[in-house]
Amino acid sequence: MTAWKKVVAGGIGLGTLLIPASAMAAEAGVGAEHRLLTLAVFGAIIAITLYITYWAATHTHSTAEFYAAGRSVSGMQNGWAIAGDYLSAASFLGIAGLISLYGYDGFMYSVGFLVAYITVLLVIAEPCRNIGKYTLGDILAFRNNPKAAKTVAALSTITVSTFYLIAQMVGGGVLIKTLVGIDYEVSVAVVGVLMLSYVVFGGMKATTWVQIVKAVLLVLASLLLVLFVWAPYGFSLPGFLQGVVGDTKVQAQVAKLLGDSAANMTPEQLGQRFLEPGLLLKNPLDQLSLGLALVLGTAGLPHILMRFFTVPTAQEARKSVIWAMGIIGGFYVLTLFLGMGAATLVGATKIMALDKGGNMAAPLLAQFVGGGPDSLLGNFFLAFVAAVAFATIVAVVAGLVLASASAMAHDIYVGVIRGNHATPAEQVKAARIASVIVGVISIILGILSKGQNVAHLVGLAFAVAASSNLPAVVLTLYWKRCNTTGVVLGMVVGALSAISLVMVSPNMTYPLKVKADTQKVIDAAPAKLEKLQVSLLGAASHPADQAVVQKEITQVEADVARARSDLEKVGHQTTSLVGLEKPLIELKNPGIISIPLGFLMVILGSLLTRDQRAEEMWDELYVRQNTGIHAEGASSL
Amino acid sequence: MNKSHVNWTAIDADPRFRALHRKKARFLWGLMIFSLAYYFLLPVMAAYFRDLFDTRVWGPINVGLLFALSEFAVAWVIAVIYARRANREFDTIAQAIANDAHTIGS
Repeated sequence: MTAWKKVVAGGIGLGTLLIPASAMAAEAGVGAEHRLLTLAVFGAIIAITLYITYWAATHTHSTAEFYAAGRSVSGMQNGWAIAGDYLSAASFLGIAGLISLYGYDGFMYSVGFLVAYITVLLVIAEPCRNIGKYTLGDILAFRNNPKAAKTVAALSTITVSTFYLIAQMVGGGVLIKTLVGIDYEVSVAVVGVLMLSYVVFGGMKATTWVQIVKAVLLVLASLLLVLFVWAPYGFSLPGFLQGVVGDTKVQAQVAKLLGDSAANMTPEQLGQRFLEPGLLLKNPLDQLSLGLALVLGTAGLPHILMRFFTVPTAQEARKSVIWAMGIIGGFYVLTLFLGMGAATLVGATKIMALDKGGNMAAPLLAQFVGGGPDSLLGNFFLAFVAAVAFATIVAVVAGLVLASASAMAHDIYVGVIRGNHATPAEQVKAARIASVIVGVISIILGILSKGQNVAHLVGLAFAVAASSNLPAVVLTLYWKRCNTTGVVLGMVVGALSAISLVMVSPNMTYPLKVKADTQKVIDAAPAKLEKLQVSLLGAASHPADQAVVQKEITQVEADVARARSDLEKVGHQTTSLVGLEKPLIELKNPGIISIPLGFLMVILGSLLTRDQRAEEMWDELYVRQNTGIHAEGASSL
Repeated sequence: MNKSHVNWTAIDADPRFRALHRKKARFLWGLMIFSLAYYFLLPVMAAYFRDLFDTRVWGPINVGLLFALSEFAVAWVIAVIYARRANREFDTIAQAIANDAHTIGS
């Protein structure tokens, strides 16, 4: 019980997907007879994205075209693309799932994702557009020692993107396996190959348009679902929520979450409790820490920063954030209805039967509103939502690979190794080769991470971005005294402290704890099964009741089987990856420590050394970021 | 456009640029601090002011839900306020400076 709660609580990512293969067979997912339909829907969406790639490839020759789509993307288009980058499967499937299982607390997650864009809008977007070229490294190299700044920026970019990437790859693999039944390894390879074809042939232009198409599909699919869910209540908010409060499935879920303390509560109170905080998030400090990483980390995510180089001017960059905030915020308001709708119409039990983390809430809701698991329309809806989620993962991964590849090719190879002396043709070739390298590595990492709990990797990506990239960028842009030593020190310490704090946190697997938890499940099973067998006999004359009990028995057996396999996996280990028997700190999110540390180190390093170039370049940097004089122009007007 | 012709130090010292810098700095950091404070009110209240958050105001809708929804509204309002001011005021000043970039300080 506590084991899965831990998993769920830690997860904002799709990575929470730990699906017992046995549980998905008949219950839901796509039945064998509808598999062809599912493949057809997937195929149609993939075909659209490949056509976009083909079109984009004919327009991608120069470096500016490959990395920045020729700086010809409009503010509105870029806004949709940012939303596409941001509304990863984690938010679409993950947040809807958390709301369906935990109500209010799930919704609280989504707020931080929107507020994060205020930081992007006010502090980052326009200055970066005005002084930047293709990468985070370009911004930091403006006044700092170019080689040193580009090296740390590239390392940090690759680190952040890789964490994010693995979570997406694993999520994508599990999603396809669950819904279509293709092997995990094959699924990961499919995601990888598709994403690589977008990036290598179509560069930023293909990636941008795939993001736009996918974001539009995602919003349309969600609107449609919300329409179905909300219409029966005449689009009244109190009416809809009254329906949630009065739902027996919701009440049962709350009673289950509260355990003993629910004993004296009326059904009405239990239902109302679903709309109150505290069912998922227990540690306020952890929440603040996560909130800080979200709100400051987004502005430091390399694949988001990179989007601002695709628009022609700082004004368009501003416009794109406004559009993105409208789309992202509107979408998160919809997740309230998606999650609550899934909680009442599908129910937590069924959602968790398919995935303990709740990630299948939205697909199952789609299946339900279409007419249920046996109907053609229901399965078409399910396939459509699943295909959109799949497109989401591929597109987000493409953006991440592009960011990593640009760090490798533009910052390290061209900037550091070749000292900025490379012909345009060489640069584009380097970018394509780097994309293939990053892509192949990500496929391998995705396959190696099979079955791992990678949920905390998304949180870690945000934490590293907030502790390493953000302090360096903000202080380079706004503090005259900031210099190379500070930037290098701050980025290294910020990233390392965030990573090491997670390595000693409860996010890691602690064999002793796993043993204790699994043993508890195994020990409790015989008594449970015996009780169920008795009630099975008692229900002999009621086939319906019998089926319910039979299902419970299957569930218990599945739990035991999983516990046994978990126990086997742990083997004779007694310590975690870094040799600890139990966590050193109770904090799951390192942000509250590592972010201030990152800022502090940039300041300290800058104050302790003097860097003539950094100070001489300040006037130029400050004037340029505020006026847009000499900003990189649009290349393909 | 020859990039070497711009005297950055002179522009930085230009009164119009100084005024732009002052206005922007005050406005941006003010909005930033307000939005962060408002955002962190949500987890803090959810953790320490449960009684208030659980108070029902409209059918099953409680203060907590309204507050969470208000976070969306506040974020959008901040974005719109910033965009309007930037479009009307900051862009105009920046454009005027950019137009004179090659003559300031020469």
